[in-house]
Amino acid sequence: MARRNAPEVNAGSMADIAFLLLIFFLVTTTIETDSGISRKLPPIDDTDQEDVTLKERNIFEVLVDDAGNILVEDKLMEVENLREAAIQFLDNGGGKGDEACNYCRGARDPDSSDNPVKAVISLQNNRQTKYKNYITVQNELVAAYNFLRNREAKRLFKTDFTAMEAAYNDPEYPKNKKEKLEERIKIIKEMYPQKLSEAEPKR
Amino acid sequence: MSKFKKKGDGGTPAISTASLPDIVFMLLFFFMVVTVMRDTSLKVQNVLPFADQTEKLDKKDLVMYIYAGKPSERYQQQYGSEARIQLNDKYASVSDIQQFIFEERQSKREELVPYLTTALKVDQETNMGLVSDIKQELRKAEALKINYTTKQGNSLANYE
Repeated sequence: MARRNAPEVNAGSMADIAFLLLIFFLVTTTIETDSGISRKLPPIDDTDQEDVTLKERNIFEVLVDDAGNILVEDKLMEVENLREAAIQFLDNGGGKGDEACNYCRGARDPDSSDNPVKAVISLQNNRQTKYKNYITVQNELVAAYNFLRNREAKRLFKTDFTAMEAAYNDPEYPKNKKEKLEERIKIIKEMYPQKLSEAEPKR
Repeated sequence: MSKFKKKGDGGTPAISTASLPDIVFMLLFFFMVVTVMRDTSLKVQNVLPFADQTEKLDKKDLVMYIYAGKPSERYQQQYGSEARIQLNDKYASVSDIQQFIFEERQSKREELVPYLTTALKVDQETNMGLVSDIKQELRKAEALKINYTTKQGNSLANYE
């Protein structure tokens, strides 16, 4: 019986090779996804625009200076109070007659905004303002809008506004459902339009 | 010359490692699939500020990244410590941004272009002047959807 079996290939080092590859991919893996504050820039409009006059009480002026101090309506404010102040301003609903706001729960102070539809937050910063301070203020103002929008979305549609928007922005979300979603988002946005105007830095 | 070999002395047999490569391969494939290799190497310092009103940027292929901040330490000799913009792998000036946006749009499928978002990864110590310039260029290029990329956390921590 001279016939011999072919010698088996030694597979002992297979594990080593696989480990080597594994470690390489372990090291290069980044699973985290980025997140951040989404904003929409205003388009550049070359056509002449009529100046719209806004009532002083409908403007909430926020200025962030070089040192990160926050000036709201020319008065110094601590960053912790900014969100609450913005909510109070937006939700004030001090208007009467045509300008009345029937869903607002604010103080109805005649010296603050008439209606969320008319209320404008004007955010200004200097060229020397630190980015982190600017982001904090942005974050607080967006939080104020989100708080009010979520409240109304919960009342009307039993869902969060932020969740609806996330679904709408997903390209894979079914088209037929999008129309309904778009309508709902539009309703909420009309109740609390995000009128956050950013002026070009002056200094 | 016995016909039957004597059996071993009955000690515990060694554990078979034959399936070890299979296990390791399984892990390997998992990591190969989930791996996203960093395609840009950062040349600027990039400590992002904290924020909590954030939205996730899930679709990585629909995001264009603009980095800004002071040059990293090893480039400071050459480029100074003034904050700069980084597009792809190299430093760029404000006027290069429009070209960059157009190139990015060209490389994407047409139906995805309206979903494109620009992620601004700006170091927290950067002055707003530079950021305003970037924003102005993006408006000119009609890339209006932007996202200030931040770290998840309480934004009040930025003030400490």
